[in-house]
Amino acid sequence: MTKTLNLTLKVWRQNGPDSMGRLETYNAGDISTDMSFLEMIDVINEQLTIEGKEPIAFDHDCREGICGMCGTVVNGRPHGPEKGTTLCQLHMRHFSDGDTIVIEPWRSRAFKIIKDLVVDRGALDKIIQAGGYVSVNTGGAPDANAIPISQDTAEKAMDAAACIGCGACVAACPNASAMLFTSAKISQLALLPQGRPEAATRAIAMVRAMDELGFGNCTNERECEAECPKEISIVNIARMNREFFKAAFFSEVK
Amino acid sequence: MNWLTKTFTSSIGKKLLMAVTGLSFCAFLTAHLIGNLTLYAGRDAFNSYAEHLHSLGPLITVAETGLLFFGIIHVVTGLFLFFQNIAARPARYEVNKNAGGRTIGSVTMPYTGLILIAFITLHLINFHFIDKSGSTIFQIVQDAFTKPAYIVIYVLAVITAAFHVSHGFWSAFQTLGVNHPKYMPFIRTAGIAFSLIIGLGFGFIPIFISITT
Repeated sequence: MTKTLNLTLKVWRQNGPDSMGRLETYNAGDISTDMSFLEMIDVINEQLTIEGKEPIAFDHDCREGICGMCGTVVNGRPHGPEKGTTLCQLHMRHFSDGDTIVIEPWRSRAFKIIKDLVVDRGALDKIIQAGGYVSVNTGGAPDANAIPISQDTAEKAMDAAACIGCGACVAACPNASAMLFTSAKISQLALLPQGRPEAATRAIAMVRAMDELGFGNCTNERECEAECPKEISIVNIARMNREFFKAAFFSEVK
Repeated sequence: MNWLTKTFTSSIGKKLLMAVTGLSFCAFLTAHLIGNLTLYAGRDAFNSYAEHLHSLGPLITVAETGLLFFGIIHVVTGLFLFFQNIAARPARYEVNKNAGGRTIGSVTMPYTGLILIAFITLHLINFHFIDKSGSTIFQIVQDAFTKPAYIVIYVLAVITAAFHVSHGFWSAFQTLGVNHPKYMPFIRTAGIAFSLIIGLGFGFIPIFISITT
């Protein structure tokens, strides 16, 4: 049987990038425990629209945990309190009747707030643009399995490639560092033979881009891997460091 | 900027500086502790250890200069990181909650670091830059630890160092890229063990001296 909850929401409202934001309180009554967190915000927004008020702006797209669009900080935890889930996969059954829930946007100098809970994560795209790709010749498609790759290596690369670029690692990091994101993007290519020819240029270019965009520095607090909805490990950060040292001290890339 | 400057001013380069200098302080602490353990063997053992150490002559000067140089790098880089990391999040969260990654050691890292600089300054004034004519080093140590305030300060400082090292040790390996499924659990345990050894090993010295005096 479906249970319902009565909740108090404190939601960050901010009109635009340069305006002052504040927490506003809303009552969320009759919230079904079967709803996802985003569906709960949908319900509030319908109420607000009926009352003639501005609905809460929030990012979302696939609502099945694979697109990386959604994400807010719920009671101090990016994507909420559940491990390995995105905000759209967080169900209201994990909350209790009468709870107060504080909802804030990702906070980082590199992520400008566009409106309310929506932040501009374009900085992550700029890190990818700096080197998160492989150059491939056009022409006939190469044969599958022409380059042997062990299952273990393929799995490691896939684990890194599971990153959906949601930015929760930046939001969770006490220093607002983007090292888990960058390391996942460097690792997924560094582990595979197709990524090796450009490995040195990639490592240096992506790390420099990350630094220039205003992210903080990693101090190995391990909050990122604890909050990552795809449970990407800081083993990738160690690998990125190795790739960076190799590139900086032993390659010809300047 | 040339490639070397770019490398060491990058985020990972600064981590590398912190890791290398930090690990050498761990090595120094080990040597310092082994030397100081002669205090438990009494006056003669400690005085003879100090004499042997000073007979190394220029090697000591090289080591001291190296430590000072590394110390400056560690502190200056650490301060840069501290202020850059605060600036990276201009608007703070209304609600802060940890997911279990942080430890007491990691959260307090910049603050324990600053306490340690203050302590090291005091420590050098007490035992290094003091007038040593007419008294042995053992007497100087004994005199210092007759004052209860010094015992408290030294024990607290050593506990602070233990917390600093509890995060710093494994963190240095992670920074150097040494994160391997076979070795990382051992490195993490070794870090905790090392901080306990430092804390207990140094921490009991002032208490032992004051009891036996």
